[in-house]
Amino acid sequence: MSEKIRKSVSNPEVTPVEVIEDLALVKNAQAENLKADLDNLLDEIDSILETNAEDFVNSYVQKGGE
Amino acid sequence: MALPKVCGIETEYGVISRGFDSSPIVASSVLVNAYAGAFKQNIQWDFGDETPDRDARGFALEDAFPPEVETHMANSVLTNGARYYVDHAHPEISTPECRTATEVVLYDRAGEEIIKESMKRANALLPDLHEIITYKNNSDGKGNSYGCHENYLVARELPFGQLATFITTHFVTRQIYCGSGKVGSEFLTDKADAVTYQISQRADFFEEEIGLETTIRRPIVNTRDEPHCDPDKYRRLHVIVGDANMSEYATYLKVGTTSIVLAMIEDGAFPPQLIIDGPVNAMRTVSRDISMSKAIRLSNGELKTSLEIQFLILEAAEKYDAECGLDCVNSDDFPLEGTNILLLWRETLTNLSNGGVGSFDTIDWLAKMRLINAYQEKNDLAPNDARLKALDLQYHDMRTGKNLSDRMNLRRLITQGDADIARTEPPQSTRAFFRGMCLQRWPEFVVSANWDCLIFDVGDGPLRRIPMMEPLKGTRALTEDLFKSCSTPMELVLALGLEHSELTSFRISDVF
Repeated sequence: MSEKIRKSVSNPEVTPVEVIEDLALVKNAQAENLKADLDNLLDEIDSILETNAEDFVNSYVQKGGE
Repeated sequence: MALPKVCGIETEYGVISRGFDSSPIVASSVLVNAYAGAFKQNIQWDFGDETPDRDARGFALEDAFPPEVETHMANSVLTNGARYYVDHAHPEISTPECRTATEVVLYDRAGEEIIKESMKRANALLPDLHEIITYKNNSDGKGNSYGCHENYLVARELPFGQLATFITTHFVTRQIYCGSGKVGSEFLTDKADAVTYQISQRADFFEEEIGLETTIRRPIVNTRDEPHCDPDKYRRLHVIVGDANMSEYATYLKVGTTSIVLAMIEDGAFPPQLIIDGPVNAMRTVSRDISMSKAIRLSNGELKTSLEIQFLILEAAEKYDAECGLDCVNSDDFPLEGTNILLLWRETLTNLSNGGVGSFDTIDWLAKMRLINAYQEKNDLAPNDARLKALDLQYHDMRTGKNLSDRMNLRRLITQGDADIARTEPPQSTRAFFRGMCLQRWPEFVVSANWDCLIFDVGDGPLRRIPMMEPLKGTRALTEDLFKSCSTPMELVLALGLEHSELTSFRISDVF
């Protein structure tokens, strides 16, 4: 693996728990952002979804695996 | 001391063809060949050491149906050390052996990129309006399931029964952060529409506590004894209970917590009172309990919720860290891996205790549930409306632009650039490095490869087999100078002392 990968993945973005408790406001702001993004997605989701949901769901048949 | 937790993930993708009739086997083969052919990665897999019918308990049940090895289907080894092949009727990618949970996430993500590239290349070859589409999920909603298996290195000397009993407690309760979420139920005795949404894709399919099968009567603990390394020293715990995750953080938690719990079991640090009474039913109870408030009975009669049990395992893990350290899940490249896993584990359980706020962007079943609830509310749909099941499927759709998990702002652990590099570059802290480098340098001389050996045809004399029975050898640190000093595979063979083909007793550890 390259030096670059090592550098960028060696620090997972984990917020220490004791810090989190002081960050209730930030968390609320994040939740608000997530909600706004979800609202935006809902406005355009019908153009992303398969056109005939019932046919799509019925025709999605797989063989068991493993 | 616990063994270093070498680990990896095998993911089977759902596959459909649109605009034309094709068997899933053919569609899967087209994907694998489109990728392997384009990148000249069509090295054959060597099946010589495959023994999926061997049972870890040392016996075989008369009515057990061991998995069959299918040698005739598309099958290739990639330069990143991974295996990409057709398993039953699905394209499947096994990550290379990794030393840390972060690297497993990296190579699982690289696997997604390989699948996307395969679809792109295959579909470019097909006529207009013909398309092969894949889904990183585990069920078709009609009772057919396919797996996302994890593998962990554990000590052979650890009694398997003890391992199975304790790890079952973790498998049943880890669903609350590992689950990918599912609309509806596929458990046979459920009444129609009895379950509108559950935490896990896979929980409906487990019928036994322990056993060899993976396709019928699935057990919570799989006993396949196929270590792919020195069988006197090691086991490979083959885990079949997990869901395929879209969230990188969920995969990180799944592999990270399980690695730590296995180390605790090896070192006798798992809380002995945490044994679940009736784990098969408890799997479904936990999966169907989105409030995470239902009690599970322990074998000592106590009642605890899945969250309470997870907090108790976490507290034991924190104590284990304080007393023994977590070097078994750290590596030189990732020295804080264990600490990071524990912090994220606590953060996640704390968030789950408070309704999940703070983990909507890391836990798949929560992200999917938010989407489904919001869509249902906005359009005033009945819980069994097909559109909600379509949303569920499309959360896992591997087409860019159609994948709904991409739109849920999931936190990323891996950058796009790193995922692209990991498509071709092997991890450096396991034998996957040696495999990957040999395939990068001398693909035309590698006749076949598998997890624990490589076979070279150096053009002069017999085929040369290089056994790799030690997962933690063949690393970059151990082989970098060797690769620098060799410009041909013959030089490599000579440098390794492999002048002769009769090398069955040879161990790579003798040389490196």
